[in-house]
Amino acid sequence: MTIEINKLHKQFGKNQVLKGVDLSIDKGNIYAILGPNGSGKTTLIKSILGMVIPNKGQISVLGEPIKKGWKYRKKIDYLPQIANFPPNIKVKELIGMIKDLRNSPSEEAELIDLFGLEPFLNKKLATLSGGTKQKVNIVLTFMFDSPLIILDEPTTGLDPKALIHLKELIQKEKANGKTILITSHIMQFVEEVADEIVYLLEGEIYFKGCIGKLMEQTEQTNFEHAIAAITTASHA
Amino acid sequence: MPTSHPHYKFILALPLLLWTSLVWAKTWNVCDDCEHNSIKETISLAQPYDTLLVQKGTYREFEILVDKPLVIRGVGYPIVDGEKKGEIFRVTSDHVTLDGLFIINVGVSYTKDNAAIRVVQSKNFLIQNMVLEQLFFGIYLEKSSHGKVYHNRIIGEAVDEYNSGNGIQLWYSSGIEVLKNHVQGTRDGIYLEFSDEITIAENVSMENLRYGLHFMFSNNDVYTNNTFENNGAGVAVMFSKFITMRNNTFRKNWGTAAYGMLLKEINDAEISGNIFEENTIGINIEGSNRIKYNDNDFIGNGWAIRVIGACYTNIFKGNNFLYNSFDISYNSKLNDNVFEGNFWSSYTGYDLDKDGIGDVPYRPVKLFSYVVNRTPETIVLLRSLFMDIIDFSERVSPVFTPDNLKDAQPLMKVRS
Amino acid sequence: MLKILKYSFYDLIRSRWSYVYFLFYLALGFVLLFLNNDVSKAVITLMNVIIVLIPLIGTIFGVMYYYNSREFTELLLAQPIKRSSIFLGQYFGVAGSLTLSLVLGLGIPFVLYGLLRSNAIFDFSLLLVTGAFLTFIFVGLSFVIAISNENKIKGFGYAVLLWLFLAVVYDGLFLMSLIVFEEYPLDTFSLVATILNPIDLSRILILLKLDISALLGYTGAIFKQFFGTNLGFLISLAILLLWTILPLLGLRYKAGKKDF
Repeated sequence: MTIEINKLHKQFGKNQVLKGVDLSIDKGNIYAILGPNGSGKTTLIKSILGMVIPNKGQISVLGEPIKKGWKYRKKIDYLPQIANFPPNIKVKELIGMIKDLRNSPSEEAELIDLFGLEPFLNKKLATLSGGTKQKVNIVLTFMFDSPLIILDEPTTGLDPKALIHLKELIQKEKANGKTILITSHIMQFVEEVADEIVYLLEGEIYFKGCIGKLMEQTEQTNFEHAIAAITTASHA
Repeated sequence: MPTSHPHYKFILALPLLLWTSLVWAKTWNVCDDCEHNSIKETISLAQPYDTLLVQKGTYREFEILVDKPLVIRGVGYPIVDGEKKGEIFRVTSDHVTLDGLFIINVGVSYTKDNAAIRVVQSKNFLIQNMVLEQLFFGIYLEKSSHGKVYHNRIIGEAVDEYNSGNGIQLWYSSGIEVLKNHVQGTRDGIYLEFSDEITIAENVSMENLRYGLHFMFSNNDVYTNNTFENNGAGVAVMFSKFITMRNNTFRKNWGTAAYGMLLKEINDAEISGNIFEENTIGINIEGSNRIKYNDNDFIGNGWAIRVIGACYTNIFKGNNFLYNSFDISYNSKLNDNVFEGNFWSSYTGYDLDKDGIGDVPYRPVKLFSYVVNRTPETIVLLRSLFMDIIDFSERVSPVFTPDNLKDAQPLMKVRS
Repeated sequence: MLKILKYSFYDLIRSRWSYVYFLFYLALGFVLLFLNNDVSKAVITLMNVIIVLIPLIGTIFGVMYYYNSREFTELLLAQPIKRSSIFLGQYFGVAGSLTLSLVLGLGIPFVLYGLLRSNAIFDFSLLLVTGAFLTFIFVGLSFVIAISNENKIKGFGYAVLLWLFLAVVYDGLFLMSLIVFEEYPLDTFSLVATILNPIDLSRILILLKLDISALLGYTGAIFKQFFGTNLGFLISLAILLLWTILPLLGLRYKAGKKDF
């Protein structure tokens, strides 16, 4: 069991975002966490990362409860949603810095090459376009070798070529036996890469299972429609 | 015809008289192995108008009475040591000259004002080139007149006011010149009480316990070109009339109750061309009227001028006020004094017609100084942003400070 | 924490604002010395600037840096680093680089003008030490404000209000109470009121070291009696230190509870 979540509650002010989420994530699979805006996807991910502090419930990562700990994050690679980096440093320096901070072995050269980032290595981050920043973001995430990878909206701003590389990367990491968590709005992307779907709605897990099971349950043939169907079903 | 003219006769007789006095005036040598080795004894032997030459050496004598016209002159600064037993020289005759002696160890007394040199009811004396140390009072002139105190050096070691005396004191005296003396480390450097027509010039009075110069009930006096530095409380001029104070320097009288000059009940005086530099208060004025303050420089004082109590018809003209924390402090809302054509370093106005005079009046009284007068504790807010802001607003539209207290013709450039 | 400090520090000392701040002090130092050529007088003028500007710049810089690096902070939060280390590292980075700008900016002209041979060196170092304290205090306070307010505008508003309160309003209230209660003995009150506000405390500390303290009169004598002793000096340093530490504790507490 890579991640074990038990009765997780979180509220921001009066807004109850997570209402007792129970979830277990098994090793070696790709999970897509889906749900409409405001359903608590990011909150759930951030709770796992310890960025959001839950009101109630437990989370353990790789068998250890995460409360007040921070060392477990060494085993997680996280790609945040909007990467806004310190503007005054160069790409090369940022990579060096994250390496320095994590203090673990990394393989960035191959990734830089893959995304064609060499010309940008000596540029300041403030001068980069959104897509290039996202590529840097991806490099920073995949250059380490951690058993758990969390990707929050990884496709934002990517050109088709880079998107293909991203998918390849994800498959490669899966082949290495890693557990991957993804949130995305691009259903086509999810359908292509995800093994399991976790569907969040109003702070609760509404569906968990593989794509086939989802199609079956919603009696749809198209994935996108199937997702839409869960939502309408819930409102029905 | 000419021989019978009385004036002619007199003129003929004059050199004769001088000649005879020169012939008859005798010079006495005083030294350790001379025939006469005591100043006191030699004086008693001498005739009027004789000269005593006191040779280099140490003379342990006190209460030396000079009761006839004599010249007592030291050669190579002989030491007269009073051994702290009492007064040292007492002059009771006219026409006495004391010159070039080194007098030490005046007896300190709590009942008698012992002095190194006391002149009593005498005229036409000259005290010059003396060095006085280890003293109680230095030179004490009592009911004397028409004398000269010139180029003496008075160095005291006063610690407490109650057991120290003044450097040069004039009491009920008149027509005396006090020139080029250096007084330091006494209680009051120079003290005048009931003394009129005195000229005090080119003296240096410094590091005295209380005042560098102190006037009480003395009128028609002039003091010019003196330097008063680092005295306990500066210079005090009190209860006197028609004093002229010109071209003096008042410096570094810095302490919680120190000022360059204190004026108390002074009327009809002239204060011009003086420099007041780095004093806590440049001039502290209480109940003084009809005084002309012209062409003085006030530089880097805490308060340049602090007015307490009623002061009327004073005129401040052509002064430079440079970098003082407060230019003028004023405790009443009434103003009858005139400020005109001064230079103020904190003036920020402009001069469109280029006549050298600012087009906007300057208001020298800060609200803060008004507040401090009222509640002294508020001084702890000195140089805080809040005070700067309300000072600014008060300057723009005065509410608390006298409306007519302003210099309508501030100079644009420093008066040189 | 040291690594974060290092990166924040490098990030800041390469930013335009640090240069502006540094050059401002450099120019100020040179102009003051050029204008009156007197180290001890320049120290007095500098005090006026420092007492007002350092807290303001510290506050604004702190808030600005916090909000500007929010996303980067999130990036760091996902890394295996202790939360409090991230914020303390950033805090020391900002406060450190501002202090460095101050010390170098003022230090260079003064050293060139012969400070080391002048006896104003002690006054000058006191000026820099209180300047450094004020920087750390106000950057700390601004970090606490920023971390407690997600809304940038609100955060900025509160930070500037805080500065306004401590730099201006506090003294206004202080003055009013002195005037209202003028019939009572006020020495202890003014002593305590001064100590409680870091800006006032720094101002009085510097004033008392300069010979301008004679202006403070009787009240000043009491202040001098207090601050002049080693104990008084230590107490005031301790209070500045307390003012530095309290926001840090607040920052740690807030950082431990906050969701990102």
